[in-house]
Amino acid sequence: MEYLYHILIIISIYSILALSLNLVVGYTGLPLFAHSAFYGVGAYTLALLAVQLNMSFWLAIILAALVTGCIAFLMSLLMSRFRDDLYFLVSAAINVVILHIFTNWQSLTRGPLGIPGIPRPDIFGISFSSNIMFLVLCLILLGLVYLGCRYITRSSFGRALLAIREDEGALRVFGYQTHRYKLLVCVISAMLAGIAGGLFASYITFIDPTSFTLIESTFIISIIILGGLASLRGSIAGAVALILLPEILRFVGFPTDVAAQMRQVVYGLLLVLFMMYRPSGLFGSYKL
Amino acid sequence: MKLSTQYIKKHFGGVRAVNGISVDFMPGQITGVIGPNGSGKTTLMHLVTGVMPFDSGVVIIGDDTRLEKIDSADIRDLGITRTFQNVRVFEQMTVLDNILVVLTNRGLLDSLITKHQQYHEDKAQEVLELVGLWSKRDHLASSLSYGQRKLLEVARALATDATIYLFDEPFAGLFPEMIQTVSDVMVSLRNTGKTVILIEHNMFLIRKMSDMLYVFDAGELLAFGEPDYVLSLPGVREAYLGE
Repeated sequence: MEYLYHILIIISIYSILALSLNLVVGYTGLPLFAHSAFYGVGAYTLALLAVQLNMSFWLAIILAALVTGCIAFLMSLLMSRFRDDLYFLVSAAINVVILHIFTNWQSLTRGPLGIPGIPRPDIFGISFSSNIMFLVLCLILLGLVYLGCRYITRSSFGRALLAIREDEGALRVFGYQTHRYKLLVCVISAMLAGIAGGLFASYITFIDPTSFTLIESTFIISIIILGGLASLRGSIAGAVALILLPEILRFVGFPTDVAAQMRQVVYGLLLVLFMMYRPSGLFGSYKL
Repeated sequence: MKLSTQYIKKHFGGVRAVNGISVDFMPGQITGVIGPNGSGKTTLMHLVTGVMPFDSGVVIIGDDTRLEKIDSADIRDLGITRTFQNVRVFEQMTVLDNILVVLTNRGLLDSLITKHQQYHEDKAQEVLELVGLWSKRDHLASSLSYGQRKLLEVARALATDATIYLFDEPFAGLFPEMIQTVSDVMVSLRNTGKTVILIEHNMFLIRKMSDMLYVFDAGELLAFGEPDYVLSLPGVREAYLGE
């Protein structure tokens, strides 16, 4: 059962990441490639506050979201100068810069040694130190994030995001200061990723920079492309599919000496086939 | 409300797309703008709606709003709206959402907090019924025919309740009954005192619809006056009609 709880916790955390990224990539059409950086900032902020300042998890995760939002705000101001391919490349570059800060600012982050001993939360005498309790916490937060994203996407703000994706220039003519919308959605998205990062740090109880590389950003983008761009249930379905798939492949029965490589090959092949025959993803209606 | 330009210029390197043009578009009139391809008609529309910055000159709205620089996001508040030569509807949104997005609150936090209200839907229904697209309200704009997408653009412009309307080749690619619909919309706008600017290549429609007519050639103003008079000028016939 512990293995099942672990998988469900990871699915919950990645679902939050996917929901938040879908706001920016799927709904607004911005090719953001820095989500693992926001995820990492949230994780490091919570870890540092909880370990070094003995701050409670609840306050620390709120501050983690706020710090991540501030960084996203500054990053979005810079990113507003770029579009399309350049936006993608600059966001990837920022991801790398933030990753290098995690790795090289050793007096703060301990660099590659990472930060151990991150506590699990408790509240009113209820401890979330067991996996089943932590899963409950993750599912509650996932539910709240889902409802929040649903509210945003069904609001007038959400409709404006779709119009920005479709034709930002045409929307501006109708009186929209579109850069403000893009700024706000990036901040909201990053704050949610910060919460996911805080959950991850508290769950694993140890973080180091290897959890927040560009490969992680690729993985989160793969989730929303597979699940469906501009689809909230697609974000969750994508997380379930991409996290369960390698786990299922463990039980296929490949010879042990090639099992790991074969899993990667099958995993990659399935993704390619999916993109060829269902490019809008499981639940999406919009293609990049 | 009157829309004027004074000595407005836009050069692209050595190409003088708009070269010091001064024009007046009056309220209660449909003012036609014609000229060969590349004569600067659409560029002028882009300049007065802030889609492109102009190099020099002034845009005057009403009697006293003089603008040396225009941000496209400000033209809505100045009472200007437009359609585009190449249709620019929000393709992967429904027909209804294409209209609602220009009706609902544009304030950042207000738009986040609120959803559209019944009166927004009522207004959307009114403009979509006017162009015959209400029955398509739940269809994606991308599923509409080219002509229907043009009508949707017209409806979107109407939804803004602007005072100055710029229509850039609104009749291109339309069936006869669609042409009649758009013509009726423009006449109705004129009759309610709006300023209507019509860029069009169809000489029959220009002659029929326009109260006054500007002719551009190579980024400069070639002629101005009533359509019958302007279209009879030898210089116009030579430059535009190839006679």
